[in-house]
Amino acid sequence: MATEFHNLQELRHSASLATKVFIQRDYTEGTVCKFQTKFPAELDSRIERSLFEDTVKTLNNYYAEAEKIGGQSYLEGCLACATAYVIFLCMETRYEKVLKKISKYIQEQNEKIYAPRGLLITDPIERGMRVIEISVFEDRGSSGSSSGSSSTSSSSGR
Amino acid sequence: MLAARVTRRWEKLPGKNTFCCDGRVMMARQKGVFYLTVALITGTCALFFGFECPYLAVHLSPAIPVFAVLLFLFVMAVLLRTSFSDPGVLPRALPEEATFIEMEIEAANGNVPAGQRPPPRIRNVEINNQIVKLKYCYTCKIFRPPRASHCSICDNCVDRFDHHCPWVGNCVGRRNYRYFYLFTLSLSLLTIYIFTFDIVHVVLRSMDSSFVLICFFTLWSVVGLTGFHTYLISMNQTTNEDIKGSWSGKNRVQNPYSHRNIIKNCCEVLCGPSYPSVLDRRGVMLEAPPATTTAPVKSTTPEPQTTKTTAPLIPNEHTPEDVKPSIDTTSDKTCPASEDEKPHLSQFPPLASPDTLEPAGAH
Repeated sequence: MATEFHNLQELRHSASLATKVFIQRDYTEGTVCKFQTKFPAELDSRIERSLFEDTVKTLNNYYAEAEKIGGQSYLEGCLACATAYVIFLCMETRYEKVLKKISKYIQEQNEKIYAPRGLLITDPIERGMRVIEISVFEDRGSSGSSSGSSSTSSSSGR
Repeated sequence: MLAARVTRRWEKLPGKNTFCCDGRVMMARQKGVFYLTVALITGTCALFFGFECPYLAVHLSPAIPVFAVLLFLFVMAVLLRTSFSDPGVLPRALPEEATFIEMEIEAANGNVPAGQRPPPRIRNVEINNQIVKLKYCYTCKIFRPPRASHCSICDNCVDRFDHHCPWVGNCVGRRNYRYFYLFTLSLSLLTIYIFTFDIVHVVLRSMDSSFVLICFFTLWSVVGLTGFHTYLISMNQTTNEDIKGSWSGKNRVQNPYSHRNIIKNCCEVLCGPSYPSVLDRRGVMLEAPPATTTAPVKSTTPEPQTTKTTAPLIPNEHTPEDVKPSIDTTSDKTCPASEDEKPHLSQFPPLASPDTLEPAGAH
């Protein structure tokens, strides 16, 4: 049963946290930052699979762009080395620029797609780039919705 | 009216690091050997500049001391960057994440009969056709990413952990390995440079050569270390992996991270992107009542964009005891002020309110 929320502010004020889902890292390609696109069972009734996979794939693309070893990263590295890395005190690295883009993207996704469905994505950088944390909210007002404890127990009984 | 005190996250971080400059500088607890390193380098260069450079500048070339100064400044810059930066510390799991992982482990292990030891917590991942075992860290409550290791001296998990270096007073990991390598390389060059001109000076002036001896011994150890790390970089290995023999080739185990090409390996380590710190040191923490915390009374300037919305959440010295807010406030925790602040449901997640706790069927 989809709970309706109109915007992010309303979500924070009127909803209570039911459970959290953690999307783990995908290490099959090494230590590059990439998250698993496997659709978690807890979100089955909350959001369409394609929307979720799109979000994770876009995030993976952003991280791949940030960690790309190519002309620009060489240039940045050599320039920084030539200035004994003092330039990092005033210049923003490419990775930091991409992280800002990611942050904006996540906020936009939260506002447009996730908050109306009672979900909230936390930026992975706030969790040490280990997991994408998705908070699942239940509307405090609605009494017929399934409870947080039942969804937690259903996931442990899998 | 509001307390000027602001608690930053570094004050509450677990682990045995020391922080300076309000969280901008991060080092290990024991810094004695680091001070020795700085003293040795500065002292040797001071002697060189004081006793030998005047003669060499006049009789050979003024470029000699100039180049020595530039090299010395570069050595100090990369040394300080190695020592003061976050090596790639992985923050510990918050309670919900730790619980989630525990549940996954229990589900994977199934029912262990009473009295039997549960199997070790290991996750297997396949990286470039090689099975790599990820170990669980009981201190940080996470499965360590590949190549990460827990430093017992700093009590942190560090990404791409190389080793803990007492000479720089910090761990060497993903974020500062490049600076560490440049430090050893430039120090080698500086030592060779000073050593060479020592000999030139001694030969030209027929003076005693005791200073040359000191340089000789320093030279071999530093050059040896640089050579060792050059080898590691070309194989894309860490000191930790080398010591443990992780990719030594027995049982047909090979390094899955190596590109099998020396140039590519060097480029990845030295010219790769500069990773940002994932350890939040300078974030502002929501003020807890002073009775439970021992926050140091630092007179930091009040941060304009705090996450506090209502004044009464911040008790100061004049707030009476009975009106101090309790920690576990539900709605206040989830309504931050600034628009780009995500809800920090970190330490005390709001409990589901009683009317949602119904034993309804699962969806």
